[in-house]
Amino acid sequence: MIDYIPYEGGNYMADIQITDQTFDQTVLKSDKPVLVDFWAVWCGPCQMQGPIVEAVAKEMEGKAVVGKVNVDENPGVAGKYGVMSIPTLIIFKGGQPVKQLVGVQSKEALMSALTAVI
Amino acid sequence: MYDVIIIGSGPAGYTAAIYSSRAFLKTLVIAGPQFGGQLTTTTTIDNFPGFASGIMGSTLMEEMKKQAVRFGTEVVMDEVKTITKTSPFTVTGAKTYEGKTIIIATGAQAKILGIPTEVQFRGKGISYCATCDGFFFKGKTIAVFGGGDTAMEEATFLTKFVEKVTVIHRREELRASKIMIEKAKKDPKISFLLNKTVDAFYGDTVLKGVKLTDATTGEKTDLPLDGAFIAIGHTPATAFLKDIVVMDDKGYVQIRGMRIPTDAHTATTTDGIFAAGDCVDSRYRQGIVAAGMGSMAAIDAEKWLEGKK
Repeated sequence: MIDYIPYEGGNYMADIQITDQTFDQTVLKSDKPVLVDFWAVWCGPCQMQGPIVEAVAKEMEGKAVVGKVNVDENPGVAGKYGVMSIPTLIIFKGGQPVKQLVGVQSKEALMSALTAVI
Repeated sequence: MYDVIIIGSGPAGYTAAIYSSRAFLKTLVIAGPQFGGQLTTTTTIDNFPGFASGIMGSTLMEEMKKQAVRFGTEVVMDEVKTITKTSPFTVTGAKTYEGKTIIIATGAQAKILGIPTEVQFRGKGISYCATCDGFFFKGKTIAVFGGGDTAMEEATFLTKFVEKVTVIHRREELRASKIMIEKAKKDPKISFLLNKTVDAFYGDTVLKGVKLTDATTGEKTDLPLDGAFIAIGHTPATAFLKDIVVMDDKGYVQIRGMRIPTDAHTATTTDGIFAAGDCVDSRYRQGIVAAGMGSMAAIDAEKWLEGKK
């Protein structure tokens, strides 16, 4: 079977937006591991990362939480975790960042990083 | 079994895919590590014909992908590690794929300086994409490493965000075009440190600076920095093709070219393998050229398949 990830442009994951206000509740207090995708609309590689993160979200449903932080609108969280390059993907477990990945990541890389902390 | 396996997802790869899937060839694009290719790291593209008011690089690549998918191209997010040398070819990444022909459209990737501390501070002050990361350096002091057009363009672009940009180049002369150098030199935020080689980046959890040596006098300089943008050129992404096709000493894939009008111009030295775009082209390096070569490679692959019937 081909691991085809459909391409839907920039309008991905409208439902899992994380903001400076919701970060504590959604990420730090989560009882499951959380994958956070730091992105922005003006970042080309982030547009490529989007559908991959969405595919990971579907596959990991129930096992992990997957969300995205728009760094333009939420400079607080991005600053707190020292995000200086996007896309950056951080995995949180028990309120702590346990893995940070910089640059576009494949679905396989994200799945194995998440599976390792479940 | 695919008729055509295209390795790479920049303008060469997707244009080849549009042509081959429109010719009813079963087509697979293996997207590679930089999905959409180099254009996804640029801002507005003003020299791609058909977009009178310019188009975002990432949008252009999305549209190309959709166009290829519309005609039946399959796309996988995978990175090719090895290919075999005779048709039908076995292409191996995280998974294995089989194809009667292969089009190599892997393009080129940003070069790294290659010093040990560079990896340590990647994403912690060191960046290879000014359009992606300039935002994080508002009011900061940064350096751009390189002396070509890309370095000048990035330095000029970054002045929108940063307080001060130092362009650091290992030679006395910049190889960028005159117009780009003039533009950078006129900018009050940009200064130049020439003839300097990089010894090491340093910092704690984030980058704090760089240690340089003057190439002539040996004088050591310590330059405090918040950010370092590396723009020292590109290298073809062809390492996995060693012993499969003939390449030049820099790794550009050799194709037959246009010497004989009736020849398959994009044919490599290996029967059934074609190549297009920046992985064969160190001279033009333009999206539109890569797209044009992609269409040629698809037509060459189609004719090759017809000849085998």
